[in-house]
Amino acid sequence: MKHRFITFTRIVRTGAYNFARNTWLAMAAMAVMVVTLTIILFSLVTSATFNHTVAQIANKINISIYLNDSVTDKQRDDLVSQLRALPEVKGVSYVSKDQALAEYKAANAGNKDLLTAIDETGNPLPASIQVSPVDPGKIDQIQKVLNQPATTQLEDPQAGTSYSGDRKAAIDKIAHATDILKRVGVIAVLIFALISMLIIFNTIQMAIFNRRDELTIMRLLGASTWYIRGPFVVESVFYGILSALISIVLINTLFVVASSGLKASSLGLLDINYANTYFRSNFWWLLTMQLGVGIVIGAASSVIATRRYLKFKSPK
Amino acid sequence: MILLDRVTKSYGRSNSPALDRISLHVEPKEFVIVVGQSGAGKTTLLRLLTREERQTSGKIIVGGVDYDKLRDKDIPLLRRKIGVVFQDFKLLPNKNVFENVAFALEIVGMGNHEIRHTVPRVLDIVNLKGKEKNMPMELSGGERQRVAIARAIVRQPKILIADEPTGNLDPKHAWDVIRVLEKINRYGTTVLLTTHNQEIVNRLKRRVVTIKGGKIASDRASADYKI
Repeated sequence: MKHRFITFTRIVRTGAYNFARNTWLAMAAMAVMVVTLTIILFSLVTSATFNHTVAQIANKINISIYLNDSVTDKQRDDLVSQLRALPEVKGVSYVSKDQALAEYKAANAGNKDLLTAIDETGNPLPASIQVSPVDPGKIDQIQKVLNQPATTQLEDPQAGTSYSGDRKAAIDKIAHATDILKRVGVIAVLIFALISMLIIFNTIQMAIFNRRDELTIMRLLGASTWYIRGPFVVESVFYGILSALISIVLINTLFVVASSGLKASSLGLLDINYANTYFRSNFWWLLTMQLGVGIVIGAASSVIATRRYLKFKSPK
Repeated sequence: MILLDRVTKSYGRSNSPALDRISLHVEPKEFVIVVGQSGAGKTTLLRLLTREERQTSGKIIVGGVDYDKLRDKDIPLLRRKIGVVFQDFKLLPNKNVFENVAFALEIVGMGNHEIRHTVPRVLDIVNLKGKEKNMPMELSGGERQRVAIARAIVRQPKILIADEPTGNLDPKHAWDVIRVLEKINRYGTTVLLTTHNQEIVNRLKRRVVTIKGGKIASDRASADYKI
């Protein structure tokens, strides 16, 4: 156990020393790794942001059924309970004529003329039932209930039913963008991860070539495979860690500049303030994930790169 | 200690074998000199013993280890039991004398405290006390070879294999190296030495095995040697 600990310490120390010695050589490897990790991080944050935006807009979507003034309390309650029974419905609320008027007045508090006109005509606003669906894309059964004659005769002939059409289009657009972004992100991550692994292979193989005499001597003195390979793995793991830190700093800088420097609240459809908040509140999780990916890429590529060179040559 | 039974090594099929049915037995604590011209098969023999090469046929048993049953992952363990010295020293150029010798101990996981204690004693045996901080480039050929010997014996192997250790040295330094080998042999290590040097063979008065064309031409207890 003690021997193992000493050997492990020596492997890490040698790896750290080689890392310090080769850092400039490994610039290309690290640059590609930084790009890979930055793409991963950026896609994570933006997709979380888009999901948030979609959820927020979807929450506001509801269907309003405007009732005519002759509807009795019983008719109204029947319709409400009928709608509540549907699995597609998340919630149903009733807004009476008085409530509608109060809301309207509050919304137009600045417009004195309008308020006077409203008061003079009595209350022209219809009572309404607000239905919020579970999924704004799936309202077939709700529509079926609304279209049956028993319901239509309760409706205010002028106002009818409102489906919040514009919001639905916006939701579809954002959901579509998120979907594309996810796919592009996954493909880009895979491609760049592959490129960075290949470049790390190359870097490690160059390092092996530079030190081949040393490796031969180690072999002849009876060094085990892991004693020789270990430092190379440690070295590439260090590249992974450094690249992960750089990518976190890059993304952080991007958000700081975008949210304060540009004074913009969104980049296209991307809500930059939410992205910034998300990045900050999940910072440790994101950092751990970046480090994990960086370490795995580094370790895997160096293990594969050293495999070929560390085989015992036993030709028959 | 070393047992070879009808060992053959051939490279490719058309060529005649580098070693042809060689049988050799070396007792513990023996000092054996292997002589022969370049290409006779001396180096091939040593490379088989360190398992850098594998015999084509025949049996090799060293220190109780049957090479036929040796798995690749156990090769490092075998090499830790055998000390090897090369004609071209094979020192690590960016490590000083102390670090070069300590390196052999670091590989096997010895603690730093023990290493600091062991290395100076071994450097004393090879008469290199006070040169700990020197880099290999600052040493003469003979001194470098003695560093290599120190590295080979620091783990107290039962067998020391020296492949033409004096090949690159002038006569005075060559004798320094040979005397160190004799000293190690007196301490109980089996030594297998290959050389071209007629004077060394004649003055050492040890068992001499002559290899010629991949076969053992003679094996004498103490012999004069003529090429």
